[in-house]
Amino acid sequence: MKVLGIVGSLRSGSYNAQLMAAAAETLPAGVELEVYDGLRVIPPFDEERDATSAPEDVAALRRAVAEADGILFATPEYNGSIPGQLKNALDWVSVPFEHNVLRNKPVAVIGTSTGMFGAVWAQADLRKVLGLIGARVLDRDTPVPLAQTAFDADGALDTELLEAVSAAVRDLVELVRTREQAQPAA
Amino acid sequence: MSITTEPTLPSGTWQLDPVHSRAAFSVRHSGIATFRGHFNDVSAKLDDGVLTGSVAVASVEVAVDKLKGHLMAPDFFDAEQFPEITFTAADISLVGERATVRGELTLRGVTKALEAAGTVSGPATYLDGNERIAIALETVINRHDFGVSWNAPLPSGGNAVGDDVTLTVDLELVRPAA
Repeated sequence: MKVLGIVGSLRSGSYNAQLMAAAAETLPAGVELEVYDGLRVIPPFDEERDATSAPEDVAALRRAVAEADGILFATPEYNGSIPGQLKNALDWVSVPFEHNVLRNKPVAVIGTSTGMFGAVWAQADLRKVLGLIGARVLDRDTPVPLAQTAFDADGALDTELLEAVSAAVRDLVELVRTREQAQPAA
Repeated sequence: MSITTEPTLPSGTWQLDPVHSRAAFSVRHSGIATFRGHFNDVSAKLDDGVLTGSVAVASVEVAVDKLKGHLMAPDFFDAEQFPEITFTAADISLVGERATVRGELTLRGVTKALEAAGTVSGPATYLDGNERIAIALETVINRHDFGVSWNAPLPSGGNAVGDDVTLTVDLELVRPAA
């Protein structure tokens, strides 16, 4: 099983990149996580441009999403919601709407912030957006608050918080397996 | 005093005439209006008093493709995992044309008992010489009972989509000449 990791922050050394790395340590056997690193080069969403010559970077993102069995998002919270760059990338992925590559895709959202609430608003907004796009969204918050103290100097996540991340990953894997079992054999 | 229920339901197998049949739903929208949709791919038959029917979720007909896309998604019908909505009823009681039908509806993988009311009319002989009957039924379900729970809060309070959904079927069923 292949899970694609998408981190909503572009900052080098971002807490959410660390969170994704922590999630990678909790993968069950037989599950691999590939972290997408192209968010920075996705241009502003432009439906006209998509119709004429979709940028190769967008095509690569769509391929990565299509080839993944499930997607794990780690999002920060900017001004109470999803980072613009992440929302912009999802807008590209969401078209053509009726057949977009996120449709029916199992997805889960985790997030961390330096505040008390662990990006919980951004996670809720992201789940709403993913649901509207047509993804199979895990109905669970995984907030990691006070990011500056949640990770130690080596980037290791607090044990209790790591267990919450691990539970989200387990539930995502279960969502993928449930979907696979429901599919008629190709 | 009791009302006599006459077992006048026609026997034999009656097949659906899809051209003259319809399965539809309506739900409160914006707290003030009624939104309606229907399914184009409807199957049904009446076989010795047992009514069965199904619709293909992917055949839902609404005005805008984007809405159809959302209705197909896990937020609503989850057509990938639950491609059909089915109904079966062996308990159909008649008083004249008035019908009460008790059966089971399976929607989004959840099966629940329900009762629908309406009419069973006919038989009548059609242009092709075959007999046909008409079955018209209506019932109200709470969509949350079946896990169809998406909503959006309105600025003035309440939600965009109502909880109760009215289901209606208008079926013409044909018994081919022997």
